[in-house]
Amino acid sequence: MKGLIAIIKRELAGYFITPVAYVFIVIFLAMSGVFTFNVGGYYERAQADLQPFFNFHPWMYLFLIPAISMRLWAEERRVGTIELLMTLPVSEWAIVAGKFIAAWLFAGIALALTVPMWITVNWLGDPDNGVIFASYIGSFLMAGAFLAIGACVSASTKSQVIAFVISVVICFLFLAAGMPAVTNFFSSWAPDIVIDTVTGFSFLTHFDAITNGVIDLRDLVFFVSLIVLALAANVVIIEMRKAA
Amino acid sequence: MTVMVQIKSLRKEFGPILAVDDVSFDVVRGEVLGFLGPNGAGKSTTMKMVTGFLAPTAGTAVVCGHDVKEEPIKAKAKIGYLPEGAPLYGDMTPEGLLKFIAEVRGIPRSKRKAAIELAAGRVQLEGVMRQPIETLSKGYKRRVGLAQAILHDPDVLILDEPTDGLDPNQKFEVRQLIHEMSGEKAIILSTHILEEVGAVCSRAIVISRGRIVADETPQDLETRSRHYNAVRVSVRGGAEKLVAELKRLERVSSVESLESANGVAECRVFPKPGASIVADVSQRLKDLNLQVDGLTVEPGRLDDVFRSLTKPSSQGGDA
Ligand SMILES: Nc1ncnc2c1ncn2[C@@H]1O[C@H](COP(=O)(O)OP(=O)(O)OP(=O)(O)O)[C@@H](O)[C@H]1O
Ligand SMILES: [Mg+2]
Repeated sequence: MKGLIAIIKRELAGYFITPVAYVFIVIFLAMSGVFTFNVGGYYERAQADLQPFFNFHPWMYLFLIPAISMRLWAEERRVGTIELLMTLPVSEWAIVAGKFIAAWLFAGIALALTVPMWITVNWLGDPDNGVIFASYIGSFLMAGAFLAIGACVSASTKSQVIAFVISVVICFLFLAAGMPAVTNFFSSWAPDIVIDTVTGFSFLTHFDAITNGVIDLRDLVFFVSLIVLALAANVVIIEMRKAA
Repeated sequence: MTVMVQIKSLRKEFGPILAVDDVSFDVVRGEVLGFLGPNGAGKSTTMKMVTGFLAPTAGTAVVCGHDVKEEPIKAKAKIGYLPEGAPLYGDMTPEGLLKFIAEVRGIPRSKRKAAIELAAGRVQLEGVMRQPIETLSKGYKRRVGLAQAILHDPDVLILDEPTDGLDPNQKFEVRQLIHEMSGEKAIILSTHILEEVGAVCSRAIVISRGRIVADETPQDLETRSRHYNAVRVSVRGGAEKLVAELKRLERVSSVESLESANGVAECRVFPKPGASIVADVSQRLKDLNLQVDGLTVEPGRLDDVFRSLTKPSSQGGDA
């Protein structure tokens, strides 16, 4: 446990030692602003809510989250510090979880910095704060799922670039599974159960459900179990590379 | 004698490469074991398996009673490890890194500061504690790696080329440090500097292509050298007969003549295995009435032994 906390602290501090964190946060905030108020047609909709803001989150995360997760393991392996880390008296689970939690907290910090937007819409109008709160929870969970997948990919390569590209592709598949184009493609020939399974794996389906204001236990379970599963896979990959 | 590390038939295959082939040995408290061998012999791979970084293909290691396969965390807690090349988090400062290691290793909060100061002091890091590690020179990085290995005062120290990249003063300091710590610990270190083995190690293991080819004290290893107890002679005049005469001595195996200049002839006389020939040689020189300029008994040469033990054609222990 003390090992886990020490690892979380070190990893989290690591984001802020280098400019990476600041660059990331600035890009995240700038994109949030642009998407919400310009591309999202915030003013045209004449409606005080954060729907456009959250609608863009899956697509923003598609590129920004792999940018965080790519270095988690790949960099340690390239530089060799993984040898230092893995010979410390802590379990592999603690290291995997520690890295993930720190990255998730970091994503959470970036997300929390958008709260002024929440305040702004309250100042401009009278939004449904319950929906916005639920959307924040959903967005945070989705970021976690993206991160866990990215961490797992990062553990299997030395190259950050490869980790980034593969993470983006896999995350895209998880998003695309719920896009109308894909659903339509399947609906023309596949039985309903196939369509439901495919869309059931989509981040979009679950995220949209949450941003509509209903926190359904099934959507939470989906994201949480995906995170746990990806982390378990991460541990397995670490163990396999140890035996290689 | 407490056995601190037991290495039991360790074997490691990387696909078709057999990196470590059935290596077994024990290390007791107070022992400083020098691990020698040519590049690619399997030294680092063996160390990585003992420290739990790599899983052995077969065999295991037991550290202070904890099997690295069964109880990896307990075993790792007993070990201080300097990996090959001393990899470190470059964006951290030595201070930050040592704090992190202290925390992960569970050094109580109240003792952390003292432990960090002690370890940093022992490798003379004081001046650079707040400088990012990536901006430190190679030798200082190595020292940070050493400091993190000794931070928790481990029972077992495993150091992969600890003096690589250090200046002669630091090499001396590190050897001194190893010597000071050796009483309480079991230390395994690998090195390519043969004189280091004689200087700090109480035992040397030579490994070649994954197999142990020698396991004895550095002194015993030296006696395997054909230079051990060889006698170097330089005489003035009469060089022609010198070689021939010395060759005739009963306990001499061969004589090698070295360059001669200004009327001084030099040669090296090799004894038959185990023989001491200095008395015979000096007697013969006296009999020949030669003017002796110098007469020295040579120590064994480890590099010589090393080469004969590990040269590709050699199949094992006989050198
Ligand atoms: N991860 C790996 N994958 C494949 N082969 C490896 C791996 N690590 C080491 N080897 C091989 O195992 C053998 C032993 O390597 P090792 O690093 O243990 O040698 P060493 O004795 O430490 O050499 P050096 O003196 O150069 O440090 C070499 O043939 C090396 O190429
Ligand atoms: Mg090596």
